[in-house]
Amino acid sequence: MRFVPVTCEQRERMLAAIGVSSVDELFAPIPAEARLDRPIALPDGLSEVELAAELEAMAHENATGLVSFAGAGCYDHYVPAIVDAVVSKPAFFTAYTPYQPEVSQGTLQAIYEYQSMVCALTGMDVANASVYDGATALAEAALMAARVTKRHRVVVSETVHPEWREVLRTYARGGTIEVVEAPFRDGVTDLDGLSELAAGSAAVLVASPNFFGCVEDVRAACSIAHDAGALAVVAADPIMLGVMEAPGALGADIVVGEGQALGNPMSFGGPGLGLFAARSEFLRQMPGRIVGRTLDAEGKPGFVLTMQTREQHIRREKATSNICSNHSLNALAAAVYLSAVGARGLEGIARASIAKAHYLHDALLATGRFEPFSSASFAREFALRYQGDVAAMQAAMLQRGYVAGVHAGRFDERLSGVVLFAATEKRTRAQIDSFVKEVASL
Amino acid sequence: MSAVRPDRDLGRLIFEIGAPESTCVVPPEIDVPETDLASALGDAVRAEPPRLPHVTEVEIARHYERLAGLNFGVDTGFYPLGSCTMKYNPRIGERACRLDGFAGIHPYQPEESVQGALRLMHRLQEALAELSGLPAVTLQPAAGAHGELTGLMVIRAYHESRGDVRRRVIIPDSAHGTNPATVAMCGYEVTQVRSDERGGVDVEALKAVLGPDVAAIMLTNPNTLGLFDENILEVTRLVHEAGALAYYDGANLNAIMGKVRPGDMGFDAVHINLHKTFGTPHGGGGPGAGPVCVTDTLAEFLPTPVVVQEGDGYALARPARSIGRMRSFAGNFGVLVRAYAYIRGVGGDGLAEVSEQAVVSANYLMARLKDVFEVPYERSCMHEFVASGARFRKKHGVRTLDIAKRLLDYGVHPPTVYFPLIVEEALMIEPTETESLETLDAFVDAMLAIAKEAEQDPDLLHGAPYTTPVRRLDEARAVKEPDLAWRPPSEARTSE
Amino acid sequence: MYPADLRYDREHEWVRLDGDVATVGITDYAQDQLGEVVYVDLPSVGDEVVAGDSFGEIESVKSVSELFSPVSGEIIEVNDALADSPELVNSSPYEDGWMIKVRVADPDAALDGLMTADEYEAFVSEEA
Repeated sequence: MRFVPVTCEQRERMLAAIGVSSVDELFAPIPAEARLDRPIALPDGLSEVELAAELEAMAHENATGLVSFAGAGCYDHYVPAIVDAVVSKPAFFTAYTPYQPEVSQGTLQAIYEYQSMVCALTGMDVANASVYDGATALAEAALMAARVTKRHRVVVSETVHPEWREVLRTYARGGTIEVVEAPFRDGVTDLDGLSELAAGSAAVLVASPNFFGCVEDVRAACSIAHDAGALAVVAADPIMLGVMEAPGALGADIVVGEGQALGNPMSFGGPGLGLFAARSEFLRQMPGRIVGRTLDAEGKPGFVLTMQTREQHIRREKATSNICSNHSLNALAAAVYLSAVGARGLEGIARASIAKAHYLHDALLATGRFEPFSSASFAREFALRYQGDVAAMQAAMLQRGYVAGVHAGRFDERLSGVVLFAATEKRTRAQIDSFVKEVASL
Repeated sequence: MSAVRPDRDLGRLIFEIGAPESTCVVPPEIDVPETDLASALGDAVRAEPPRLPHVTEVEIARHYERLAGLNFGVDTGFYPLGSCTMKYNPRIGERACRLDGFAGIHPYQPEESVQGALRLMHRLQEALAELSGLPAVTLQPAAGAHGELTGLMVIRAYHESRGDVRRRVIIPDSAHGTNPATVAMCGYEVTQVRSDERGGVDVEALKAVLGPDVAAIMLTNPNTLGLFDENILEVTRLVHEAGALAYYDGANLNAIMGKVRPGDMGFDAVHINLHKTFGTPHGGGGPGAGPVCVTDTLAEFLPTPVVVQEGDGYALARPARSIGRMRSFAGNFGVLVRAYAYIRGVGGDGLAEVSEQAVVSANYLMARLKDVFEVPYERSCMHEFVASGARFRKKHGVRTLDIAKRLLDYGVHPPTVYFPLIVEEALMIEPTETESLETLDAFVDAMLAIAKEAEQDPDLLHGAPYTTPVRRLDEARAVKEPDLAWRPPSEARTSE
Repeated sequence: MYPADLRYDREHEWVRLDGDVATVGITDYAQDQLGEVVYVDLPSVGDEVVAGDSFGEIESVKSVSELFSPVSGEIIEVNDALADSPELVNSSPYEDGWMIKVRVADPDAALDGLMTADEYEAFVSEEA
């Protein structure tokens, strides 16, 4: 395939206008010792028809059409057709960051509306235009809390997704923050342990529903944070916010979350988007792009990137983060999704997912092959202990066309044998019944 | 002349459309016994429903079609935004990433069920290793700045593994803002080094700031002036002699494919912006992807996971002394699919042509514009060049911003303005290889016409643009009276 | 443009000494260079400042500049009006747009090394 429209004859004319006789002259500043003295060692290009066939063959190597009960941060919710119709518009996906607002009102207004929806879901005052994913949103929240409180240590509950905690620890390697982990008991954060560690900290970070699907006492965790003079950072699940209380109403100062489930395909885990919202008093310490509404020279309403002095292109080493991009197209998908489902649809999707998860939970326990992991209440995901070899069970179920949950032991040896199962509104009673029957027959 | 349409419903929000009872997506009937929320969730049950839009599908379709009409993308017209490489986005990538076998897979599915995805990632790793001249690759970083942070964390881990405490990172005065911001996030201090009169790193100044406490230098080459640093081998040699490592910001890789590789220039780590060089769409600000390639020595510090070949198959693996993890899951896979499709479709021979034409087109524009717009470093450029509008400011009180805004009336997206910081009234122009000679000539004509307007009627430029859906926006008001989220009229803030 | 009763530093701050109280702001030249001021970050009453050190930040839409104190002492008042009306720095740099009041330890020596209006004007014309 070739995307260079200039012809050979035109190229010669261009070189003449430049005043050189060959293309090589333009590359003369490259020292001879560093030059690549051979062609690029990659296969020659393909025609589109050949390339399409190769890509389809690779896609086909992946198992498709599976009935999935996997979650753990990436969920198989239905994506309405209108979402892809909107994000496929070239005016959205071929645009750059809206630095020229006069010709970027489409992107800017869409982000403003997205920010408004994130605020509505989370109960926060301000949201940014999104960050890379939920895990990096959590790490950015910890760094932000350290700036706000001028403290160094953050306390994260061990019930936060292990990969998110690992991102937090990796971001902390520069010494900008120190991370300590608060223990859990019976699937939820041990609030006494959290209290002990919170003193003198910059932030208390919890997730609800947590990694095990369990519902945390967010209000108590926020109180513990505030009693210690720390910020309360809550990781929320945006679909579950259709039925679960907004963290802002429970005392959260910063709310983060993974937004993939809002109209984005699972796509092997990326790109999703990181939701990031906070109370307005912390606006100047927020990372990432923010869109605001203002007026143009004729008094017409319009939108711009605003509060830019926080960002790297202006404040450089003193910026609130090095982040430059947002996941704009995924945020657009999220906004279209939330518009399409509305509050009632979101509640319905959450209710359906929760009902199916509870039905699955009870049916799996009834097989006798599983033991409870936690007695805490849960939403659309839960953890059970499997009485047998998890890998063998999952491999056998894959043969039968199912993704049999996520083995928590892959993240933490102490959780070996614990399997997380998630259900979305897409799973039918028939699928669940067949799945449980197959598992029981192993 | 503008590519975008005037709009009668300007500023109307999706929250202000539709009847309160309108809906689009109706969830399916619940075919299992319903769970009582109060007993399942206790006091975690939501008291008030979130205030989301209430619209029908047709209203959504029209709302976003209207918004799309207010936007300018690569498909709208010429987009010579310097340092952003706004090339055409091949549609095969859009189709490929939506294939069910790619879009529909879960990141924790058993590896035997995602071999196609892992094969694609492994091939992409190998292609990036070949193009960068650095053998070990992580596809995890989600963007260029994220790649910088990954690379610098890897460098930090390398020094620490040797018990070597270092605290400074050197960056040139022409650097992208992400470089110093990354240095700070990584817990290092920034030491700036100035550019010489040819636009490269001032070697004597570099010698003066190098020392045993320097962890790394971060460089772009060609740099943000679009100039290739002729002293690059000496620069990386001096850095290594000081025990520091050299980090390459791959933002400008589109200039050099097939000509020179960062690894062969002496760099130890590089990030590559797939959304620039490999034609994946910018999406209105993202998602991108910023894979990092490093030397064999640094390979063991890369974040987890990397894709490895095991027999006939592929697996996700954790490098021996990994820094950890930079994000959840394995990367922005949907972007990786598009980039792989681009590299495979264009091929090794095609990539070399891409860089050659990108450089020819930039030099062509420079040659045609330099008599009117000053070029501070007059030597052949690479894939972009920086011109200065300082002359127009001094003589006519016309700023580069005015020129940029006037270009909108000519149906062209403006170049990057006021960057790099070391050039007064900078205009950074990057045409990319995907523009026809006709488009390039039309841009030159527009720039020359605007130069004439600046002389004859400066106020015309001060007021531009005139033909866009909105005129210049009051950015000061946006900061002083922040309006960052819609509220129902009943709750609108009293300050407004 | 540069009132004769003030003293000036090379970072474009002015200072007016009244007994042992020094009032500090930025000059007309500085506000013009910045463009429309949208935010001023000031210290708290009771903080100590040292001559030559940063005491705050001033922002336009696309720039941030540090504010440097021309004098040393304890901050006894800050201009709270700038929180809601930062544009006062543009419209009235020497009066309503003042920033901090500092109680200086040694009023007699507080203005040593600072420029007079004439000297500052010459300094600015060189820089421009």
